[in-house]
Amino acid sequence: MMDLDDTDRAFLRALSQDATHSAGELGRRLGLSQPAAWRRIRRLEEAGILAGRRVVVDRAALGFGVTVFLGVKLATKGRVSLEDFERAVGAIPEVQVVQHVLGMFDYRLRVVARDIADFERVLRRRIMTLPGIGQVEANVLLTEEQRPGPLGSVDV
Amino acid sequence: MQVDETDRRILRHLLADPGVATAVLADRAGVTAATCWRRLERLTTGGVIRAQEAVIDWRKLGYGVEVSLRFTLDKTHPRAFDEFLAAARDVPEVIGIETFLGRVDVRLNVIARDMAQYQDIYRARILTLPHIADIEALMLIATIKDESALPL
Repeated sequence: MMDLDDTDRAFLRALSQDATHSAGELGRRLGLSQPAAWRRIRRLEEAGILAGRRVVVDRAALGFGVTVFLGVKLATKGRVSLEDFERAVGAIPEVQVVQHVLGMFDYRLRVVARDIADFERVLRRRIMTLPGIGQVEANVLLTEEQRPGPLGSVDV
Repeated sequence: MQVDETDRRILRHLLADPGVATAVLADRAGVTAATCWRRLERLTTGGVIRAQEAVIDWRKLGYGVEVSLRFTLDKTHPRAFDEFLAAARDVPEVIGIETFLGRVDVRLNVIARDMAQYQDIYRARILTLPHIADIEALMLIATIKDESALPL
């Protein structure tokens, strides 16, 4: 595992807020030359710590006003293969996130829909027809925020 | 802000492959690089694209445990949400906060290096958060799909 110093952590904090910063810009703020900053970023990418980008959009402005998290319990554990369930649920375009979890549910799903009526359609036609589906609990997302995580408080 | 068919096409390809270079994105969306760049600028200043964030793989940083903690709050207290959220933001191991309409009020995404550290965080930082009525934990085994694509 790669050892991080304060500068690496400052890079991670800055990039996790805005990945469009150039190496030159970040370097200037941290007192590093452009090539040195570029090497830092490259190293974090090569170690797999910087694992791509996420584009955050205003979903409502694009006509997707509702995001729902579903807790799903499989009805027939052991008989239905998890792979079959995962393949089927992963293929639903409205399902953005599928997580296999341990606890009172077996899976967590993040589902986007245009409105509540559209969500009902997705739930009835696509989710409730999945192989092995059992109890489902829905919670409608109101707000979400990403936090910087345990990267110290050294800001750029 | 008005979003037309070309914007949607660009966004569809961008959301499907967020790290993609603008020239490649333009190609996939069937527009010139200059148009693509201009449209992305407009979508960003218009607030449709809110941010482009780097994704950190916490496992690669040694955080092998990820737990989804679901809270029901004591809503008889008028400031329960505000005070709970403010306190949760002070816990460094909390990497995500979501609020809901439903049986669950708030969800915190908590990471830890191992189960021993998780237990410490849970006891010292989580159970001490204000106005908790109930907590349920879901431990992450595997992420099967994690995309921000929209069926545009």
